[in-house]
Amino acid sequence: MRWLADVHVALRPGIADPEGTTIAGGLRSLGYPVTEVRAGKSMRVAFEADDAAAAETAVAEMCRRLLANPVMEVATWQLRADETPGDDEAIPA
Amino acid sequence: MIAPRVSVVVFPGTWSERDFAHAAGVLGWEARLVWHAETDLGAPDAVVLPGGFAHGDHLRTGAIARFSPVMRAVEAFAADGGPVLGSCNGFQVLCEAGMLPGVLLRNDHLEFRCDWQWLRVDAPTGPWLGGLAAGDLLRLPISHGEGRYHADEATLDALEAADRVALRYVTADGTVSAEANPNGSARGIAGVTNERGNVLGLMPHPERAAEREIGGIDGLRMLRSLERWLADQPAVAERRL
Repeated sequence: MRWLADVHVALRPGIADPEGTTIAGGLRSLGYPVTEVRAGKSMRVAFEADDAAAAETAVAEMCRRLLANPVMEVATWQLRADETPGDDEAIPA
Repeated sequence: MIAPRVSVVVFPGTWSERDFAHAAGVLGWEARLVWHAETDLGAPDAVVLPGGFAHGDHLRTGAIARFSPVMRAVEAFAADGGPVLGSCNGFQVLCEAGMLPGVLLRNDHLEFRCDWQWLRVDAPTGPWLGGLAAGDLLRLPISHGEGRYHADEATLDALEAADRVALRYVTADGTVSAEANPNGSARGIAGVTNERGNVLGLMPHPERAAEREIGGIDGLRMLRSLERWLADQPAVAERRL
C-alpha cells in the first residue's frame, strides 16, 4: 500500500541559523514580537510499504541516509496511509 | 619530475573542472576529466573534486553527489592512500560522503562571498601541502555561499590535536580573527584532512591562482606539493617504468 510521509528537516539546536535570524528580523520589522525563527525544509514523500511498521522503518532510513545530515540536522516526520493512491493530487507540496 | 596524472571529477553543475585542467597544464601535469556516471577513474596519481554546484546542490551541498557512481571509485582510491583534493563544492561532497569530518553550512552573513582571501598553512604535510611550511601564507580566491565549517566541539578538538586543521582564514599578517573569517567557520577553519592525511578538503580555489596576470600563483605553490609527494612514492615510480 501507499504511504505519505511529511518530513521536516531543521538545523540542530545550538547551530547558528542565519536564515532563521534574518526571517525573524523581517517579522519584527512588521511589528510582531518574534523572539526566534528556525528555518528548515519540508518534504512530502509518497512511497510503497507493506504495513505501518515497514513504512516507519523506511522513512527513518531515508532520513538517515539522505534527507538529513545528522552532523547538523534533525529530521522529524508524520506518516499516514495514502487514502487515494494513484491520485497524484494527493502529492501537492 | 614525475608529471602527475590527475583525474578531475565532473558532476552535473560542476564549474571549476576547466580551471583545474588549466592549472594542471601550467604545471606540466596531465589532467583528465571524468564524468560522474563513470566508475573508472583511469589509474590516476591523484583525484580532484572541483568546485561548482553538483546536482544543483539540492537538498544540501554535496548530498546527491556523494551517491554518484564515480564516488565509489573515489572512495576506493582514497582508502588505498591515493591523494584526493576537494575544493569548494568538492570539499562539501567529501564531507557529505563521510570522507572528511564536519559539514559546510550557509555563510553566517548569508552573502555569497567572492573575494581574495589570505590562508595560513597550519599542517604542512601530505600530498597537497607537504611542499609548504607551517605558517606559510597563501592568497587564494574564495567563491561560496555555504562555506561555514561546522563540527561539534569534541571533533574540532580532536582535529586540532591530530594536526588535521590544514588551513585557516587569516588576515594579511597571518592572524586568525573574526574579521579575517569570510563565512563564520568554526575556529577559522578553511581546510581539513582525513586521518591518514591523503584527503584534503578546502573551501578556497587553488586552481584559480595559477596565473600572475589574474591575481597570483599561490595555487600553483600549493599544488606543486603533489610532485614532491609522488616522487617519494616507490609505487608511482614503478608504475612509470
